Amino acid sequence: MMTMEKMIKSSALALALVAVVGCTKKESTTGATNAAPAGDTILVGEVGSMTGSEATFGTSTHNGIELAFEQINAAGGVKGKKFKLITLDDQGKPDEAATAATKLITQDKIQALLGEVASSRSLAMAPIAQSNGVPMITPSSTNPKVTEQGDYIFRVCFIDPFQGTVMAKFALDTLKVKNVAVLRDVKNDYSVGLADFFTQTFTKNGGKVVVDQSFSAGDMDFKSQLTAIRAKKPEAIYVPGYYTEVGLIARQAKELGLNVPLMGGDGWDSPKLTEIGGKSIEGSYFSNHYSPEDQSPAVQKFVSEFKAKYGVIPDGLSAMGYDAAKVLADAMTRAPDLTNKAVRDAIATTKDFPGVTGVITLNEHRDPVKSAVVLKVAGGGYKYQTTVKP
Amino acid sequence: MSKPEAKLNGSPHGMKTLWPWIAALAGVIVVHFLVTDRLNPYFFTILMYAGVNATLAVSLNLISGFTGQFSMGHAGFMSVGGYVSAFITTSLAASHPDLINDPNLSPFVFGGVLVVAGLFSAFMGYLVGLPSLRLRGDYLAIVTLGFGEIIRVIVLNVDAIGGARGMPNIPELSSFAWVYGVLVVTLFSVWRLIHSRQGREFLAVREDEIAAEAMGVNTTKAKVRAFATGAFFAGVSGALFAHYLRYLNPQTFDFNRSFEVIIMVVLGGLGSLSGSVVAAIFLTVLKEMLRPLQELTKLDFRMVIYSMLLIVLMLTRPNGIFGTKEITSLFKRGRRSSKGGAT
Repeated sequence: MMTMEKMIKSSALALALVAVVGCTKKESTTGATNAAPAGDTILVGEVGSMTGSEATFGTSTHNGIELAFEQINAAGGVKGKKFKLITLDDQGKPDEAATAATKLITQDKIQALLGEVASSRSLAMAPIAQSNGVPMITPSSTNPKVTEQGDYIFRVCFIDPFQGTVMAKFALDTLKVKNVAVLRDVKNDYSVGLADFFTQTFTKNGGKVVVDQSFSAGDMDFKSQLTAIRAKKPEAIYVPGYYTEVGLIARQAKELGLNVPLMGGDGWDSPKLTEIGGKSIEGSYFSNHYSPEDQSPAVQKFVSEFKAKYGVIPDGLSAMGYDAAKVLADAMTRAPDLTNKAVRDAIATTKDFPGVTGVITLNEHRDPVKSAVVLKVAGGGYKYQTTVKP
Repeated sequence: MSKPEAKLNGSPHGMKTLWPWIAALAGVIVVHFLVTDRLNPYFFTILMYAGVNATLAVSLNLISGFTGQFSMGHAGFMSVGGYVSAFITTSLAASHPDLINDPNLSPFVFGGVLVVAGLFSAFMGYLVGLPSLRLRGDYLAIVTLGFGEIIRVIVLNVDAIGGARGMPNIPELSSFAWVYGVLVVTLFSVWRLIHSRQGREFLAVREDEIAAEAMGVNTTKAKVRAFATGAFFAGVSGALFAHYLRYLNPQTFDFNRSFEVIIMVVLGGLGSLSGSVVAAIFLTVLKEMLRPLQELTKLDFRMVIYSMLLIVLMLTRPNGIFGTKEITSLFKRGRRSSKGGAT
């Protein structure tokens, strides 16, 4: 009994000691410095969900970032300095992401922050990067609110509404249709955003939305909406929903004899789409961030290098992680020096950067204006169709 | 009727027992000025989370440790408090920005918001507790687990508080003084409560529900009371959390969060307030202390080691670090070594 007590007492003492030592150490390291750090490495922090329910997202992105820095370092680095990546796990939790970002910025003194995949984690990290004046680039957070957090926050993926614009252009220029029906998921602001921007661009450029119907995620029966659409005889239907409903809509449209192509956004991107939609979804189109089948040399080079290193074909998240790292390196090359302010300004003026996921130009909201790819559902998979420029 | 005048170990009486609490509050304020803006933000963040977690653990200890009701939905109460408070302050920031931005005014506003958030949470605790606390053991655990998930799913579907996208731009109103002041107040309230007649009813329910009932204790009432009080403080801690992180997302309050709090309570000792505080701080700090290891090995062993430590601790101290004793008894017994431990 006594020994146990002693143990507790001594461990309590040790804990107190650790706390005291920790406290004294902290005093000297206050705030983030804005001077360009010396040394021959550039520390870059990454926060990702390496464990947890979205671990695949985190790993994909991390691989992309790692590959990018490896290539840059092999080519001599930036300003004679090599990149060093510090990756911290957030377990897919926003509060952990905030702690990890704080550690990277204040402890490790990183010069730039990359991450996160999910907007929820990026939104927790952004205020910290902003208040410490550390540039942050998120590879794939699409929520417009992320970059609204401040002028140090950037992204390399397009935001949701842009996909509506892309598909409208594709419908007019490539499919050459004039009368289109819209079928939107009213409970989902992603879907509503896409539908609104599609309608706006489509009608402005001479197209006509003949009927605008709606459904709610979780619905199983779409026959009444599809019957109303059939009566207007559209040449295509824009359905910016998620793959489950889209698959069902495709089936029921065919049953009603509605033989027109469907169009959608990246919410379609799942193997489940063809599983549910089967033959009916074939010949439909949707917009996406990137396609490994894109024959442009930049994409093919990236795909082969990624495959050589990791043994798998890179998905969209890897491609965007790769681009985020490359955009950062590009900005650091262009910046007059490596202070946070100079790097931030350089990222903000990124123009026509040839990324894997398209040519990236950042606008005044720090969101990219970039091209999207359009994929066609064919043979149970996706076929690269075209790249649509903004 | 129960007999509250029975000899109670360390029962408080009069002003004398108030002084340590007042001193603790004063201490918190002194430390507040020492650490704010001076401490490295990373350590400060850990400190703030530790304080929030300690409050959470103490509030759950009242339910699980002192009243013996196994609740698995504590994150639910926390999220209610967090979202209610965040909704109030963000709406205020939009309509009356002075109330939030004026440094002289905002503490009063925030104090009021904390109370409202706590009351909301307590009301939810009451609502859930009333029907479900007639159940016992496993059944109650399942009901409370379900409740936590229901809250999360409701939040996911309410657009006014951000839904699945979460709620950003919450004003930063939490400070060291708030977090640790609330912790002291929580400890004080729970301490006084368990040494009151009400609290003795809680303990009676924990020890033997049937015997308590036979003695005239309205067990359901006692349980609901404990539940609502625990929920109140969980709500307040949720509000503090929201105004420190400045962003809320339903994902933060999933059942893993509830489990984390349960672990803190069990590890510290069911029925030991200081145990809950120590365990909460220990586990919060431990998670961060293991980070350098991840940088070294490139693999995330953090959670593996964390879990293994828990297993070892539970094997060596099955009653938790402190059992049902308080940290003060350590020093008392040190002086009177002949007394022998009462387990």
